[in-house]
Amino acid sequence: MAYDGDSELFPAAVKVLIAGGFGVGKTTFVGAVSEIEPLTTEEILTAASAGTDSLNGVERKSTTTVAMDFGRITIDPRYVLYLFGTPGQERFWFMWDELCNGALGAVVLADTRRLENCFAAVDFFESRQIGFLVAVNQFDGSFRYEPDEVRAALDLKPHVPIVLCDARQNRSATAVLVALVQHLLGTSTSRQP
Amino acid sequence: MPLYAVANGRTLPTIKLDLLSMVTATGRLPRVALEPDHARAVKLCGSPITVAEVAARMKLPATITKVLLSDLVGCGAVAARAPGAVVDPTDISVLEAILDGLRRRL
Repeated sequence: MAYDGDSELFPAAVKVLIAGGFGVGKTTFVGAVSEIEPLTTEEILTAASAGTDSLNGVERKSTTTVAMDFGRITIDPRYVLYLFGTPGQERFWFMWDELCNGALGAVVLADTRRLENCFAAVDFFESRQIGFLVAVNQFDGSFRYEPDEVRAALDLKPHVPIVLCDARQNRSATAVLVALVQHLLGTSTSRQP
Repeated sequence: MPLYAVANGRTLPTIKLDLLSMVTATGRLPRVALEPDHARAVKLCGSPITVAEVAARMKLPATITKVLLSDLVGCGAVAARAPGAVVDPTDISVLEAILDGLRRRL
């Protein structure tokens, strides 16, 4: 017998992904909402690399190690919510199906000083049809853009919510998660026949 | 120590576990002594815990941790929640439970 059939013993773990460019505050966000100190897990990914040094046309396999920070929130005895900060190098996400499989949705953190850094995350979740919202992390001294300006700059679809937050604050970061789940509920309800 | 030595050169777990699979110690220990890394993993599974958290606390890559944990499931020392039992992320009742839980924290 490989598995224990009595699932009552186990809470179910669900996850939300926290994405965005390097230095946008993903780890800060995870730390602000998590009930534990954020932990780091590493995964070894294998990909066929387009070898420039390949003399005989044989593709080389390359492995790379990517790291993700994560935290957790115990919701109730049935569910534990995990928050995974995505690796900084977006090019690895496509190799990592496990990152997205079963995710409830995603928060794309944006820094208005470097909005272009979240283009990759927006494209990624759109292509995978994973529900997401954009949370503008308001850094001290950053210019305050109106949500409509952010929407235009990121070419976001009208239904994708944009919220403002301070990723350092528990209450503010939790409110972002509430907004995300409300958005996911809204879209899954509208998909009902 | 090379990472693969921990799992005796194996990189494929015998049962399917993912980062969010829940595992817990059963209290049943095999007759043979556990390898040190297996023993550490069992200790971490005192209450239900995810594979990701075991990996992080053991400071081992998730791939290796899955091999260790599947060994432990195989010998009965650890029970795993079957991946089939994981929740459907589009299930409205799940989303509502998460929403309620998050709101209580505001």
